[in-house]
Amino acid sequence: MTVEQIGSEGKDQFPIGMRVLAVDDDPTCLLLLGTLLRRCQYHVTTTSQAKTALKMLRENKNKFDLVISDVHMPDMDGFKLLEHVGLEMDLPVIMLSANGDTKLVMKGITHGACDYLLKPVRIEELQNIWQHVVRRKKKDRCNSGSKDKPHPDSGEAAGIGNVDNNGKLNKKRKDQNEDEDDERDENGHDNEDPSAQKKPRVVWSVELHRKFVAAVNQLGIDKAVPKKILELMNVEKLTRENVASHLQKFRLYLKRISCVANQQANMAAALGTADSAYLRMGSLNGLGNFHTLAGSDQLHNAAFRSFPPSGVLGRLNTPAGLGIRGLPSPGTIQLGHVQNSGNPTNDLSKLQSFVPGNHNTNILQGMPMSLELDRLQHNKSVGHIGELPTTDSTTVFPGSGNLVDARITGFSNNPLLGVTSNSLMLEGSSQQATSHTSVSAIGFQNGNALSDFTSIAPASNQLQDSKAGSQGQASPINCNAGQIIRSAPQEWNAPRKDAPYQSHASINSSIPINSAMIQLGQCLDRNNSIFHRTTDLDSVGPLNFVDPLSIKHGEGDNSIMEPSVIEKEGYLMFQPRPHGSHVPDNIGSLEDLASAMMKQEGGCNGYSLRTSI
Amino acid sequence: MERNPMRRQLASMRKSLFDQGYLDEQFMELEQLLDDANPNFVEEVVTLYYRDSARLILNLDRALERRPLDFSKLDGLMHQFKGSSSSIGAKKVKAESTLFREYCKSGNAEGCMRTFQQLKKEYATLRKKLETYFQLARQIGPMESANRPK
Repeated sequence: MTVEQIGSEGKDQFPIGMRVLAVDDDPTCLLLLGTLLRRCQYHVTTTSQAKTALKMLRENKNKFDLVISDVHMPDMDGFKLLEHVGLEMDLPVIMLSANGDTKLVMKGITHGACDYLLKPVRIEELQNIWQHVVRRKKKDRCNSGSKDKPHPDSGEAAGIGNVDNNGKLNKKRKDQNEDEDDERDENGHDNEDPSAQKKPRVVWSVELHRKFVAAVNQLGIDKAVPKKILELMNVEKLTRENVASHLQKFRLYLKRISCVANQQANMAAALGTADSAYLRMGSLNGLGNFHTLAGSDQLHNAAFRSFPPSGVLGRLNTPAGLGIRGLPSPGTIQLGHVQNSGNPTNDLSKLQSFVPGNHNTNILQGMPMSLELDRLQHNKSVGHIGELPTTDSTTVFPGSGNLVDARITGFSNNPLLGVTSNSLMLEGSSQQATSHTSVSAIGFQNGNALSDFTSIAPASNQLQDSKAGSQGQASPINCNAGQIIRSAPQEWNAPRKDAPYQSHASINSSIPINSAMIQLGQCLDRNNSIFHRTTDLDSVGPLNFVDPLSIKHGEGDNSIMEPSVIEKEGYLMFQPRPHGSHVPDNIGSLEDLASAMMKQEGGCNGYSLRTSI
Repeated sequence: MERNPMRRQLASMRKSLFDQGYLDEQFMELEQLLDDANPNFVEEVVTLYYRDSARLILNLDRALERRPLDFSKLDGLMHQFKGSSSSIGAKKVKAESTLFREYCKSGNAEGCMRTFQQLKKEYATLRKKLETYFQLARQIGPMESANRPK
């Protein structure tokens, strides 16, 4: 990675000297890109690590004019980076990929990219990228000047570039023109770079975001208008524009999550289990179908089955991060890698037994979130989890918070926990929140499943009051989960990645889910904003709505979570709760989730927690 | 003087690489970036490519040994490989990558393995040819190779 710090002397001869930050994990492409950019007479800084790029950007937001990033990167998803940059620095970001699928391009757009280039990139394409910078500056100027929003549409990118990182949002929300106008001017009171033309930017700290989410929840996502949110938040020096802008981003995020959830549902359907159920869930954005889930064993199974424990665990342990860190792309974490071939039925029953009692809403919410990782390869699992009706705890999970607790304790007592290489995760999780410990530990046992079983069994007994079989299953589930988790991500030490585990996969999935759920439940704190969480994490930007797991697990154990880990795709998707209950946007951290879940009964509607692993 | 035949040889080597479909226009783009400051740019990029992609090839080999095949992982790896290959204009290699990914998407294990063997062959062939090409180019002189027929 080469870094060239350039001053701002190029500004006078703009676009010559425009400062570009290029990010691509492929050294060949990076070298080529850097050379091409230099040939265009830009000032180029290259890095192969997204985290480093973010760090550089955060150090000084004025250092760069434009960011070009690859989509497919091992340490962080390009789209995530895009979001961070958009939210935190409001710089134009261009996505780069060898894959030009419409879906991906659309994704780039919805995440706020101002352009999407295909590899191999040619110099002609790069010669005009400066237009994005100009466009944005103009927008900012206009914003600070008047409420009108001029959308200088000079090209296809224009539409996108016009709105702060959320070009599409702009188009979609014509009715919120006013907000949009204000939004542009996201510059808030905190000054990051007080220049004459730009207003100081508001930094959406965890605290601030938490308040924001709380306010939104209180009002109901549909009714949340910036003015009221502002009043509820009661923060000095925050303008309606700041709130409006933030709200817009937030909504975009929710929408995106719900799309993913829908996709998940579809994928789950494709799996062939309880298709209808899944679809239903999907339609609800995973929120509402708790009942459905409860009702059909298959559903649960499918959901859980496919739910790769690793995914859940990964997320849970985000703070633990340890496990996750090792994981390569989100895929591993995300359930996708887990080959769950277990019987759906098993899972379902197990899951059900476990689930009850938890403030399921929370848990479920968490689950879908994790499942909804964008990258999840295995949709099936994702679909399910997303589907889990996080919204209403009342539905499926008959139990009460006690179960959750019980489970947690049960797990924590499990000697097996925390033993394996995954122990890191366990530790991590434990750090986060005592309650979580057990949960996370569940999955990560390198030890024998059997042992797990035994230890878990007692715990599970407590937990399950409804299903007799579940108890026994609980342990296996745990074990399996651990195993699955282990096996799933190749990075993780999965001593046994084989078939035997897979057979238990289904079972396991339920466990991890539960644990995930539990954790989520614990973390769910109504007012926790996942956003906030991100602030705790290094790499996580304010807008990580999701990351309940990574969110402060323990308030403060963010250190555990590696930014890279967090950024991984574990998305606990926030399900934009269709039910109108308060939006669980705030899932700031696992703890929050957990607590929120415990507290609330009906509140969590489909939180999709995005756990970036 | 002595260089003329060498230059001719170089030019003809280059032409045949394009004619036979080993390289595509992207390679020409690379050549355009040659200048006084970067006289060996193309060679540098190609060298870097072969070094970095060796790792991907290795990972792909390993992944192809697993049973059952993890198609999504294979696809991911190949996606990266394809990106690099297309950046240097490795036409045949890129075509094999695309084919490989198709097989991944349809879950065709045999197709994947077959295509991968083919890909490795093309990869190796191109490497040899380029090595020869660059060697000759270096003999002629850095800037000489920049004088290529367009």
